[in-house]
Amino acid sequence: MAKTATMSERLGPQPGERIDREQPVGITFEGRQYRGFRGDTLSTALWASGVRVLGRSFKYHRPRGIFSLCGLDCNALAENRDSTNLRMDTTLIEPGLEARAVNTWGGVQSDLYRFTELFSRFLPVGFYYKAFHRPRGLFPFYERRMRRIAGLGNIHPNRPLQSTPKNYDFCDLLVVGSGPAGLSAAIAAAELGLKVLLVEEDRLPGGTLGFQLSGQPETGTLLEELLGKAAALPNLEIRTGTTAAGCYADRWVALFDSRRLTKLRARGLVVAAGCYDQPAVFRNNDLPGVMLASAAQRLIHQYAVRPFRQAVVLAANTDGYRAAVDLQRAGVEVALVSDLRPQGEASGWREEVAGLRIPIRRGTAVYEALAAPGKRAIRGALLCPLDEGGDPLPDRSESIPCDGIAMSVGWAPADGILRQAGARMGYHEALQQYVPDRLPAGIFAAGRVNGVYALGDRLEDGRRAGRQAAAYLGKAGSEAPAEPPRRGEAFSHPYPVVPHPRGKNFVDLDEDIQLDDIRHSLQEGFDSAELLKRYSTLGMGPSQGKHSNLNGSRILARLKGESLASTGLTTARPFTSPVPLSHLAGRIFSPQRRTPIHARHRQLGACFMVAGSWLRPEYYLVPGADRRATIQAEAEAVRGRVGVVDVGTLGKLEICGPDAVAFIERMYTGRFAKLKEGRSRYLLMCDESGMMVDDGVAARLAPDRFYVTTTSGASDGVAREMTRWALTWSLKVMVLNLTGAYGAMNLAGPRSLEILQPLTDIDLAPDAFPYLGVREGRVAGAPARVLRVGFVGEWGYEIHVPADAAVAVWDRILQAGRGAGIRPFGVEAQRLLRLEKGHLIMGQDSDGLSYPSEAGMDWAVKGDKPFFLGQRSLSILKTRPLKRRLVGFAFPETYGGPVPRECELVIHGNEIAGRVTSAAFSPTLKQVIGMAYVQPELSAPGTPVPIRTGGCRLVTAHVVELPFYDPGNLRQKERPA
Amino acid sequence: MSRRYPEPRMFRCPDRLKPHYDAVIIGAGGHGLAAAYYLARDHGIRDVAVLEKSYLGAGGTGRNTAIIRSNYLTAEGVRFYDESLRLFRDLSADLDLNLFYSRRGHFTLAHSDATLRTMRWRAEVNKHLGVDSELVGPEVIRRECPQLDLSCGGHTPVLGALYHPPGAIARHDAVAWGYGRGASQRGVEIHQQTEVTGIRVQGGRVAGVETNRGFVETGKVLSAVAGYTPAVMEMVDVRTPLEVHPLQACVSEPLKPWLDTIIVSANLHLYVSQSSRGELVMGAALDPYELHSTRSTLDFVEGLAGHLLELFPFLGEVRVLRQWAGLADMTPDFSPIMGKTPVEGLYLDAGWGTWGFKATPVCGKTMAHTLANDRPHPLIEPFRLSRFEEFDLVGEKGAASVGH
Ligand SMILES: Cc1cc2nc3c(=O)[nH]c(=O)nc-3n(C[C@H](O)[C@H](O)[C@H](O)COP(=O)(O)OP(=O)(O)OC[C@H]3O[C@@H](n4cnc5c(N)ncnc54)[C@H](O)[C@@H]3O)c2cc1C
Repeated sequence: MAKTATMSERLGPQPGERIDREQPVGITFEGRQYRGFRGDTLSTALWASGVRVLGRSFKYHRPRGIFSLCGLDCNALAENRDSTNLRMDTTLIEPGLEARAVNTWGGVQSDLYRFTELFSRFLPVGFYYKAFHRPRGLFPFYERRMRRIAGLGNIHPNRPLQSTPKNYDFCDLLVVGSGPAGLSAAIAAAELGLKVLLVEEDRLPGGTLGFQLSGQPETGTLLEELLGKAAALPNLEIRTGTTAAGCYADRWVALFDSRRLTKLRARGLVVAAGCYDQPAVFRNNDLPGVMLASAAQRLIHQYAVRPFRQAVVLAANTDGYRAAVDLQRAGVEVALVSDLRPQGEASGWREEVAGLRIPIRRGTAVYEALAAPGKRAIRGALLCPLDEGGDPLPDRSESIPCDGIAMSVGWAPADGILRQAGARMGYHEALQQYVPDRLPAGIFAAGRVNGVYALGDRLEDGRRAGRQAAAYLGKAGSEAPAEPPRRGEAFSHPYPVVPHPRGKNFVDLDEDIQLDDIRHSLQEGFDSAELLKRYSTLGMGPSQGKHSNLNGSRILARLKGESLASTGLTTARPFTSPVPLSHLAGRIFSPQRRTPIHARHRQLGACFMVAGSWLRPEYYLVPGADRRATIQAEAEAVRGRVGVVDVGTLGKLEICGPDAVAFIERMYTGRFAKLKEGRSRYLLMCDESGMMVDDGVAARLAPDRFYVTTTSGASDGVAREMTRWALTWSLKVMVLNLTGAYGAMNLAGPRSLEILQPLTDIDLAPDAFPYLGVREGRVAGAPARVLRVGFVGEWGYEIHVPADAAVAVWDRILQAGRGAGIRPFGVEAQRLLRLEKGHLIMGQDSDGLSYPSEAGMDWAVKGDKPFFLGQRSLSILKTRPLKRRLVGFAFPETYGGPVPRECELVIHGNEIAGRVTSAAFSPTLKQVIGMAYVQPELSAPGTPVPIRTGGCRLVTAHVVELPFYDPGNLRQKERPA
Repeated sequence: MSRRYPEPRMFRCPDRLKPHYDAVIIGAGGHGLAAAYYLARDHGIRDVAVLEKSYLGAGGTGRNTAIIRSNYLTAEGVRFYDESLRLFRDLSADLDLNLFYSRRGHFTLAHSDATLRTMRWRAEVNKHLGVDSELVGPEVIRRECPQLDLSCGGHTPVLGALYHPPGAIARHDAVAWGYGRGASQRGVEIHQQTEVTGIRVQGGRVAGVETNRGFVETGKVLSAVAGYTPAVMEMVDVRTPLEVHPLQACVSEPLKPWLDTIIVSANLHLYVSQSSRGELVMGAALDPYELHSTRSTLDFVEGLAGHLLELFPFLGEVRVLRQWAGLADMTPDFSPIMGKTPVEGLYLDAGWGTWGFKATPVCGKTMAHTLANDRPHPLIEPFRLSRFEEFDLVGEKGAASVGH
């Protein structure tokens, strides 16, 4: 069995360390076993065991190690049995974790893809755009190979879906970031009485207070003090491990923690998110061992891991000197501090460093990190003085042995949330940093993101922001100075970039973009921040340019001879850090609607079909009978005896108010002013361009009250449009959507009257309740609205009852009809029956461009009303020749060929001359019938309708008059014998 | 592989505007640049300026999800987009730039009978016009995209799909660069950061354009500004029926390639493909209200994530990297507006809504023809602006609303 590596780089206990030394955790990485402590991340556990190569880069597959250690090490991604693209720098280890690096061929140590680097000289920026496309036929071949090496982690197709419920929240003030500025802002605002939520991405609070200790335990005490104060404030909540990843209109903020998305409405926002430590650009600045000084400090103070044995510190600010002190105290031999600035460090930290006998070289850069074999580590740093212009003087270089380089040369504001919230950033020349220039109302910034560096100043700036926010939110006595204390020396070097003739000086580690790539992009004309980003892919990788955009802009500005102020930034977009789809999806709200009678349908053996958001019985299974025969039998039952269909999916709207009539007259094409109470009428709705969009029935219940149905799919849309129009027209009318509140069923067939009468107090006698009448009363004990209408063309009743009574009414009807041979029927039989009657189904026999004249619906349009939706368009359309017409067609009874399918084409002289919208075998007529749009020339009865069916075969029907069945409507109007 | 670096500039950016050009094109999106390219290449009109208020490709060209297909619903549409597809296939060689034109196969899933019906319509029209497109059952979907959960979480199972094997994706920016380079090599001037603020009309004829850098005289102006068309047409008081809605999209972190096809579900308002870099590129339906802004919304990604996980439940841990929005200039019939306008010498290419990227080559070609001959190219005649007052619409709603 393989040996577990020892934690050779683990330091003795550190104050504030995040590991639990009592709890060792065994893990496997790339097949080898390691041990860490609970609280270690994958990166820190491995680094503690002396592992340096954690991953491979995206393009050249160069070895990469720890770089930022704050969730941005996008070259150290791992995958395991069920997860992919795990950030090793922040993923906590668990016992038994078995992980490997993503995107390698044969393992991270000797990844065979590394040979791509051999060609890197031939793979400059934009290379792929300029190769492999000739001859055309070969690209797919190259593409297959290129795709194989693309991408990062593998998916796990069998991973189960995890649904993570979402949270909603609100607060007066959201503070982002728990460093000194954020904490003091939150405390100040909470002391003034605001309900404050402070979120921190890291799993523990403190920000820089947790790792920039510089051998000063007081910093730790300060953090404890601040947290103590915060804990004493009941109106201040701190959530760690929580990222504010997106800020949308009106301070709608997306907060992500490991378990869920919380959507928060904040009245005010303080962003104290700090800065991202920025790398210097020099040759081999990407190899394991080269890291940001802040990463080295995190390793030491948070994880008690020695970052390296022997280090060179590359500094251009005080933070670098502080890091040198930290390193030396942790037992790292700091060979020297190389300071990019000719004047060196002015603060007392210079003496501190000198006092530790660490040599300091001013005006000196790291020219190159010297690679160890296989580039799996570094073996030294090549130092090189800079001339007055800041250019390196390589012939005066000097090689210093070391296994690590810690860099602290500048900071870029973590301004993603700020900018999404509408802040404008401006370049501050004295600080050499972008700082908020103009903040929208209610948005505040504090601390380093605001260009404030000294610890005392950050505390003060936080208080200032907290008080300003309180004043903005109306808390008296919360005056505060307007200006942040931006002072002192710059913490950012204006150009921490060192050219090297042999390149490999990386500006963007995610995307393997080198200095020359940027130069070449510019030379090719991609000379603005946005074009550069798109051509070179600078900042497009998983860390979204947090360590590369600033240097990219510096290089761009320098090459163009501009200042950073005019170079500008690319747009800040959500998310500030990538967020999992499962959190965004939550529990996935795709409701499926069921009518109140659904359970009965199931008992009756219904086959269900999806209709919009509804599930409806398509037909009711009869053991031993096939689908087609069953549907036909259901239809025959209706024609011959009686049937009942659940029409609860119809939209049911109540329209009431003094302007109800006027409103309906405007919404629909017909006339309703004279519709009597207790009567109903067909409704047709067009849009403003005159196209048919919906139909239904309007029943007048009272002079100012109508009950209106819509088609099943349209209820919500129609209700919404009605509400909008009612407001637009300023009419006194109310639209109630009762679709879910009512169940409905249609009892149809010659024997419907005799079945229903015993169940209801409504007098169903034909004279008392004529065709198209509406009555309110009771059916099977339930309050009901009964309409004498019917889509299927038989004597029948549409019965609307409160949803909770629907099952009982349905049961009673079936019971009462048993003797008469009642049969429940489904959507398919209904569609067949209405086809026999030539009734249209909106959306099936109409499309986005059908207007009433085409569909023979002119009878439903009363053009001489003062106004209705679509009127103007229809009056224009009237003057134009029809381009097509909806006709009925039929095949002779002897026809034995296939039934054409909906949407198959009518072909005339090898041109498309129309399309079938509905077709079926009619058991009543014993022939195949259907409807089709055809060119007007082909619409006269008797004209052949050649239909291409099943892909190639032409079958010919003939145009017939509509309807096919009962043209006089006698079945609905005359009392059945 | 033996190219010398640095390469020459892809496009020249002259410092000064000339006082006169034979033609001015407003908008350096794919369409404007393609029109410039074909004007110079095919019609010998080289004294052309393309004026762009921002940077090259700043509009829909650099924001779209790059789906290319021709399985439309009307004969006019199918002929037009199919010609574009044909041009696209040779475009990399034509422009000497690899556009990563990648044939993937395009599936529009149907979860209901009603959708299946519209798809059959499309398939029938497509086949009649010689486009490779057919209605397929779940077995074909399973074969081409085995990872897809055809039960769709159990409640809206996939019943079938419209399958369009030639459906492709390409690198959108590169299309603009390639056309820009080709045009520039032939003498066309591209001026970025140059905004057209007015169009001067004399006696019903175009006389020139006002810009933030001064007046430019010209007798021919092509407006190819997609989402900004209402603003530009307002300059000459020409009304269009366009409504501008935001259209949003997002991408995931790169993954090893696993999704070969383009998957669209109209019922779920969703589409997804995997780019050559390994990112999942995802989009949904148009934002429901008119708005001239490219802000992003949280609802959009939330809804999209939910539907995506219904189709691919295992993607839960995959992370969304960024989201963005573009402007979609929507016509009532979901077909473009192309051709002449009531102002002599002013030509319009607009109404690209959610579907204009795929049309870039054919638009460039036909608009160049129209400009050069002052007569609409036959392929775009059905898309004329006057069709709206003539009620002679080209209804593509059934084929263009989510599928792009
Ligand atoms: C998220 C999204 C996804 C999409 N997906 C697809 C897809 O998958 N397939 C597909 O085919 N289509 C898709 N589209 C649509 C497609 O992007 C557009 O239709 C297409 O890019 C339009 O190209 P264009 O060249 O006409 O316009 P644009 O690329 O928008 O270019 C117009 C240019 O005009 C400039 N401009 C505007 N006003 C002025 C002025 N006054 N002066 C100077 N310059 C001006 C703008 O800055 C812009 O650069 C999508 C769109 C979006 C937003």
